[in-house]
Amino acid sequence: MFEHYLNLFITAVFIENIALTFFLGMCTFLAISKKISAAIGLGITVVVVLTITVPVNNLIYTYVLKEGALAWAGIPDSNLKFVALISYIGIIAAIVQILEMFLDKYIPVLYNALGVFLPLITVNCAILGASLFMQERNYQFIESVVYGFGAGTGWALAIIALAGITERLKYADIPDGLQGLGITFITVGLMCFGFLSFGGISL
Amino acid sequence: MSKAREVLLTPIFNENPIALQILGICSALAVTSNLYVTLIMCAALTIVVSCSNLIISLIRNHIPTNIRIIVQMTIIASLVILVDELLKAYDYESSKTLSVFVGLIITNCIVMGRAEAFAMKNGPLMSFLDGLGNGLGYSIILIFLAVVRELFGAGSLFGIEILPLVQNGGWYVGNNFLLLPASSFFIIGLLIWALRAWKSDQVEVPQFTIAKNSLKSEKGAA
Repeated sequence: MFEHYLNLFITAVFIENIALTFFLGMCTFLAISKKISAAIGLGITVVVVLTITVPVNNLIYTYVLKEGALAWAGIPDSNLKFVALISYIGIIAAIVQILEMFLDKYIPVLYNALGVFLPLITVNCAILGASLFMQERNYQFIESVVYGFGAGTGWALAIIALAGITERLKYADIPDGLQGLGITFITVGLMCFGFLSFGGISL
Repeated sequence: MSKAREVLLTPIFNENPIALQILGICSALAVTSNLYVTLIMCAALTIVVSCSNLIISLIRNHIPTNIRIIVQMTIIASLVILVDELLKAYDYESSKTLSVFVGLIITNCIVMGRAEAFAMKNGPLMSFLDGLGNGLGYSIILIFLAVVRELFGAGSLFGIEILPLVQNGGWYVGNNFLLLPASSFFIIGLLIWALRAWKSDQVEVPQFTIAKNSLKSEKGAA
């Protein structure tokens, strides 16, 4: 059993890295990758938010939205799948808001560190994407916790690595037209190749 | 109507949402290995962004500022659900290939960005055109990517053989590299380079400049 979860975790971090094999959360990924410190802050935020939202969305999906999920409420033939998208995004927005208030009140140090990034997270497609993958792959509750954590870790790993490379690139003599965005794209392309090499691993 | 024309055409080359504003790349890269699927994605996004711009612009004076993001989100999400369900009903195969990426139009920054930056301040017709322009700006990059990747990667367009592959007794050796998702990064990177060589005002100022070599360089006094 434990092996299965470990497996899922490794797969989510390396083999199916959410940033480098599915290209989710790319806007933020490319925009906030100029400094390592900012990248670490954002990375941690994504890990935290994903670890919370994916399991919560999983519960909502299993007990409210899925076909026949409302049997416990006496409505056996319900199927609310078509509102899945809107409920996920609502839940994500709500959780981010609550998390922000909670951190502000109880862990101000962390709040100050993450402050700027939290509101950005709601519209990060990595967050919504992970929930949609969770639904598509029919994860159970514990699997969804592991998957959320793994996907977040993978994303954080990728953005921190990219920020490290970008910081190094300041010593490089880059052609004018490639300056900034262009070279970042090419760097990310090369990183994707690196991660492709994990693809052959079967656990 | 020169204003309308400007609103429609500026986002295509001068302020391209992907190449200049880094918006909406999230769902753009993974779906471009096949031209047909790409066209569906482009159509979906263009419809969503122009309709959401139109609707938001119509009710812009009634939306309380505090909760505008939620209102925008709800409108966008409803439109995306509509598109998603239509796609599932009429083209189930493509909807399977696109998997979560149609749903991810909700978090596509182009849609939110245009709603917030343009539709909240301008009239319905202009907003609709702006949405259309941005949708087309997004589409043009995606279609270019898809054409390059499918034509040179698999030797076909829309699944119809254009360059006969060696495997099928033809002469063209397919470039498998282009079928890998990572290749789209290189193509976009090079595309940005080309675009900025053409429109040099889009070039970013380097964060750091390298000091000139104190020795006399081969270019002479420069």
